[in-house]
Amino acid sequence: MTSAKLDVAPGEPSPGPLRWAYGSAHRWLGRHWLLGTMLRRALTLVPLLLAASAINFILISFIPGDAARDILGDQASAEAYAALRQELGLDLPLWNQYTNWLGAAVRGDLGTSLATNEDVVSVITERLPVTLWLMVGALLVIAVAGIVVGVLSAVRRNWISRLIDIVAMIGFATPSFWIGALLISWLSVSLGLLPASGYVAFGDGADLWLQSLILPVAALGLSSTATVAKQVREAMAEIMGSEYVRMALASGVSYPSIIFRHALKNAAPRAVTVIGLSAVSLVGGAVLVEALFALPGLGLLSVTSVQKHDLPMIQGLIVYFAVMVVAINVLVDVSYAWLNPKVRKG
Amino acid sequence: MTETQALMATLNASPRRAPAPRLWRRLLRKPEAVVSIVFLGVVTAIGVIYPRLRPDVVTQFAGDATGMLSGPSSAHWLGTDGLGRDVFERLLAGAGPTMEGVGITVLVVLLLGMPIGMIAGFFGGRVDAMINWGSDLVLSLPGLIIQLVVLAVYPANQWLAMGAFGILYAPRLARIVRSVALSVREELYVDAAIVSGVSWTFILTRHVLPRVTGSVVVQMAIVAGIALQVQTGLAFLGLLVPAPAPSWGGLIADGISNIALQPWLIWPAGLATVLTTLAFGVLADSLRDAGAEGWSRQGSRLLLAARRRPASGSGKPAVGAAPPEDAGPGSDVLLAVEDFGVAVTKPSGGETLLVEGVRFEVAPGEIVGLVGESGCGKTTTATAVMGLLPDGAHVTSGHIWYGGRDLTALSEAELRRIRGKEIALVSQEPMVSLNPAFRIGWQLAEVVRRHQSGLSRADAERRAVDLLRSVHLPDPEQVARRYPHELSGGMAQRVSIARALAGDPDLLIADEPTTALDVTVQAEILDLLREIRHERGMAILLITHDWGVLADMCDRAVVMYAGQVVEDASIEAVFTRPLHPYTTALLEANPQHGAAEEMLPTIPGVVPSPGDWPVGCHFEERCGHATAACGEHGVPLEIPAPGRLCRCIHVDRPALLTLETVDHGGER
Repeated sequence: MTSAKLDVAPGEPSPGPLRWAYGSAHRWLGRHWLLGTMLRRALTLVPLLLAASAINFILISFIPGDAARDILGDQASAEAYAALRQELGLDLPLWNQYTNWLGAAVRGDLGTSLATNEDVVSVITERLPVTLWLMVGALLVIAVAGIVVGVLSAVRRNWISRLIDIVAMIGFATPSFWIGALLISWLSVSLGLLPASGYVAFGDGADLWLQSLILPVAALGLSSTATVAKQVREAMAEIMGSEYVRMALASGVSYPSIIFRHALKNAAPRAVTVIGLSAVSLVGGAVLVEALFALPGLGLLSVTSVQKHDLPMIQGLIVYFAVMVVAINVLVDVSYAWLNPKVRKG
Repeated sequence: MTETQALMATLNASPRRAPAPRLWRRLLRKPEAVVSIVFLGVVTAIGVIYPRLRPDVVTQFAGDATGMLSGPSSAHWLGTDGLGRDVFERLLAGAGPTMEGVGITVLVVLLLGMPIGMIAGFFGGRVDAMINWGSDLVLSLPGLIIQLVVLAVYPANQWLAMGAFGILYAPRLARIVRSVALSVREELYVDAAIVSGVSWTFILTRHVLPRVTGSVVVQMAIVAGIALQVQTGLAFLGLLVPAPAPSWGGLIADGISNIALQPWLIWPAGLATVLTTLAFGVLADSLRDAGAEGWSRQGSRLLLAARRRPASGSGKPAVGAAPPEDAGPGSDVLLAVEDFGVAVTKPSGGETLLVEGVRFEVAPGEIVGLVGESGCGKTTTATAVMGLLPDGAHVTSGHIWYGGRDLTALSEAELRRIRGKEIALVSQEPMVSLNPAFRIGWQLAEVVRRHQSGLSRADAERRAVDLLRSVHLPDPEQVARRYPHELSGGMAQRVSIARALAGDPDLLIADEPTTALDVTVQAEILDLLREIRHERGMAILLITHDWGVLADMCDRAVVMYAGQVVEDASIEAVFTRPLHPYTTALLEANPQHGAAEEMLPTIPGVVPSPGDWPVGCHFEERCGHATAACGEHGVPLEIPAPGRLCRCIHVDRPALLTLETVDHGGER
């Protein structure tokens, strides 16, 4: 039916090859709306990556001294300094440095770490799973707890509703690393239930892996949960007052079906939006939580790289974090389209 | 302020009073806001003064070597840290860099976000589009990571790191300012000011600035809270404030490194961070509430001014006479509404009556029209029959008899068995009455299964398609697969009717079912309703304000005015011999009634809102026949002739009585 709509109307003159190509691309996207949405979003990655990676170069251009001086220290000879500058490409104009970096980056080469001489891409890929698990776990907590509590408080506007307001405010005011510190203090130090720091890879024991993630995930996820719950409650309350819910009630539809099917499916896009926003802020939160729990992920790597002025590593990390943000946005868009039939067909 | 006045004000450049002073006064009436402001003031003062007063605390590397990690004591109020330094002193000194970071961010956001937002909103077009594109880009950068880049290049530079955060946050403020600027730009007096050559900088500062102040202040409190968190986070990572200088984030980090030996140490700086952010958050909320109060207070003042007269008699509505026949749960009456009243509870306490003294009957298979202008209580009455009154509205008097049961006395569970199964509703707005997230077939099948338990999903879906076919939708299988937004208004209304038929009800309430539709579609829907009545013997309560529809469809007409039934008669009687002056006036104002070249007569005045009803006859103010007696007390609903009801004290005028003979009489 969708494709029928997109087909050329019978009255039109026969399409030229260009129009045919355009038409078939349009038809193809119409059928593969999911892929189309993903492609469109993925394209935003290009300006984002360009801007994010350029920031580094622009900042560097303002400072006296450079990476070569950092590596060699103040005592090095002028010859050694000049040689290293040339080797690192620092003698080139800034614009060329940037295009060189871009050219290599497109081929998948993000350079070598100044601090450890390791390949940036391999160091980052090795640490990526830690951060991903941490974020996936925190998102699960936020989504499940946020939606359950939000729906509950929308249906029964009682003390839960007021409690959420207070908890959301406290959640806004409490830094994730402090929640983490309290969890360590109570559950690790006092009760000895869970490890206070470190990470065990999944391959080295699933139970140990899970134990090493519980506290970081809780620290990262808890503060945003109430925010999501609040948004879900607002959306649900609005929908419960809508004409179509009133008419469904008038048709005799049962109350549980109204809440869990009719209302929840309509509230879902808004829940997804706010969860997506929290996910983007989790990228920053993960840095702090990884530092607190000594989890060897990208966040901890960024902190140590900053301390060591490891600029190529930082530059590489920016690329990964930007991709992560875009990936989250793609996921939000896709689930949005999946949940909202208007977006899907539009 | 009228447009001309506003224009004059602009041209004379007389200062437009900013809402700010009143906002502050409202804010200071809230105790939680005062506490927040005082707390933030104290913290800021400590942050500014203490580090200058005690530079030794800021530069102290080690303290009392014998008293490390001691808990709170009289010598050290908050104990000592791992190097024996006094935690209380370090906490006070730590307020310095923390509040400085907050200040930097707020300043940058304000200086960047305000002008960008104003320019985007005021100039619009390409400028706006470019700014919007840039904002999108900046907002999708991961904030903390960019700050880390800045700190990698410029170690421990708080000004640049927090300034960078300000730049990354500024687009959010710019968007809010933009939307306000846009709305101001679209106002007529601003147009006039531009035409008359007033410079845009003047317009921005004089007209736009005062209007954005409220929302900007709220945003600034939120930004400050977030900036505090960010500053503490970076300080916790040890990237912002170089040792040994204290900062709250650094103190928490110290506490964590000593957590096994002295768990207390994470508390002072942690609580300071939470409480200060909380104060910013509470302040933001109070500011928002204070701003909102300004609007609602203006609104309520207008309402108060309009509400000079008290609502008419409380308690039982004034219905004098008994109905022509016994309106009890008789066999020849399907629905009997008796002395029915609904009120809403006002936020200030007390009640406002929405309808009172409503009385009418619907016989099986009969089509009864409920007529009247908007705001007369027709929909409230229909909603009450379904037991779906909105929150805060409740039945104050009377009964709704249906099949021997009083619907006003039934529990929610009992009502749910009646809805859709015995009484169904078709709404005014077909497009919004269907759930946008589900396919038509699914929505119908759900209702079918609800009313016919034990039906399989597949059978229910087949029945749904049959229902769609029965309302003459072409290609019903395909319609079942569609979503509501893929239907036209007429199709959506057919679907709504199909859903109403799913439970095979005896009474269909159609609330202005054709108002939102095109004229040609209107006729089709009415034909469909008529057909349903003939084929299924279903009674229909048709709410309408269209006399053509009424004449075309109905057996009886019930006229409502300002919450009351004022006349009830057979359709012939209403047209040939209306009794109530309101009915007469409505008929005269009917476009089909007058000749084309004549001016269409209108009823002067408006329907009084609930709460504004006069003590006496509700129609008195607009009535050409009104006398002093009309306003004295409530007018009862009386029987001027068999099968007729009328609420008018002048109804027994001789002229009316003589004409009564041509009345065709009731059908009951």
